[in-house]
Amino acid sequence: MEKQAAAGKKAWFLRGLRDGIPICMGYFAVSFALGIAAREIGMTWYQAALMSMGMVASAGEFAALVLIGSGAGAFEMITTTIIVNLRYLLMSTALSQKLKSDIPVIHRFLTAYCITDEIFGLSAAVEGYLEPVYTYGMTIVSVAGWTSGTALGVLVGNILPLWASNAMSVSLYGMFLAIIIPPARTNHFLGGLVAVSMAASWIFSELPFTSGISTGFRVIILTLLIAGIAAWIRPVEETA
Amino acid sequence: MTRNIYGSLLILCVTIYMIRMLPLLFLRRTITNRWLRSFLYYVPYVTLAVMTFPAILGATDKVWSGAAALLVGLAAAWINGDLFVVAISCCVTVFLTGFFF
Repeated sequence: MEKQAAAGKKAWFLRGLRDGIPICMGYFAVSFALGIAAREIGMTWYQAALMSMGMVASAGEFAALVLIGSGAGAFEMITTTIIVNLRYLLMSTALSQKLKSDIPVIHRFLTAYCITDEIFGLSAAVEGYLEPVYTYGMTIVSVAGWTSGTALGVLVGNILPLWASNAMSVSLYGMFLAIIIPPARTNHFLGGLVAVSMAASWIFSELPFTSGISTGFRVIILTLLIAGIAAWIRPVEETA
Repeated sequence: MTRNIYGSLLILCVTIYMIRMLPLLFLRRTITNRWLRSFLYYVPYVTLAVMTFPAILGATDKVWSGAAALLVGLAAAWINGDLFVVAISCCVTVFLTGFFF
């Protein structure tokens, strides 16, 4: 029994390493821009790498560079970071229900570090309870890409030719589609939900009144609104 | 630039970690409220859909190569559904559209 559980864990970890590869590619392509911006405010490659390893957030790190570059105080740093990264609070809440309630607390601390848009999406979409080693596997591979891309961005700028960075940066969106589309084949309500969400996101980005809202806030507002209404129209079946 | 860069980095990293950690640490029990459970179930689908579109159109230097990646990604996800296959299909699509036009 114990042996079987260990084998299951190993399989999940390996699957995590594999699923981390497309995330890593996308992160690698995107993180150069971050490194270039970090160099512009005078950061060294190891300071930028430290930031990327510690924060693992794209919009959050660009905001961090503005704060550091302008010599912001601690209070401003904390409030801006909370506002820009508030969607992670929502993701962490959703993920709290994917962990077994009696799982050792260490896994809660470790899983928290791993919450990025992509890794959250994949972790939340697994059937039943989440085996945290799956999340760790993805994180190891993708943070390696994110951190090394940032460091290289500081050192040498964007070393990828345009065709390569173009191709690699859509990797992340391909992953998102691979998470949200397959369940929509059997669950038509989910399919409709995905279509409505995309349409609403597009309308939000085009309308003069809402187009000024940052992407982070658009995600929060639309998620609260659309998932809230969906839960009211079609509550999920009770399990247990 | 801020005088103490490492102090700033520490503040930033701790703050962002707290946002990610607090719900996971304190919400240990299974939520029983049916509406809340359903809401949390729908969160990833709505969030990822909102983040994908229309952002994918601006991910490359040409709108139509992003649009092609979207169509191929939708088709690949519908037919195959494997994460790796779908992601690579999108990358290859962008590569090919850049190559031919």
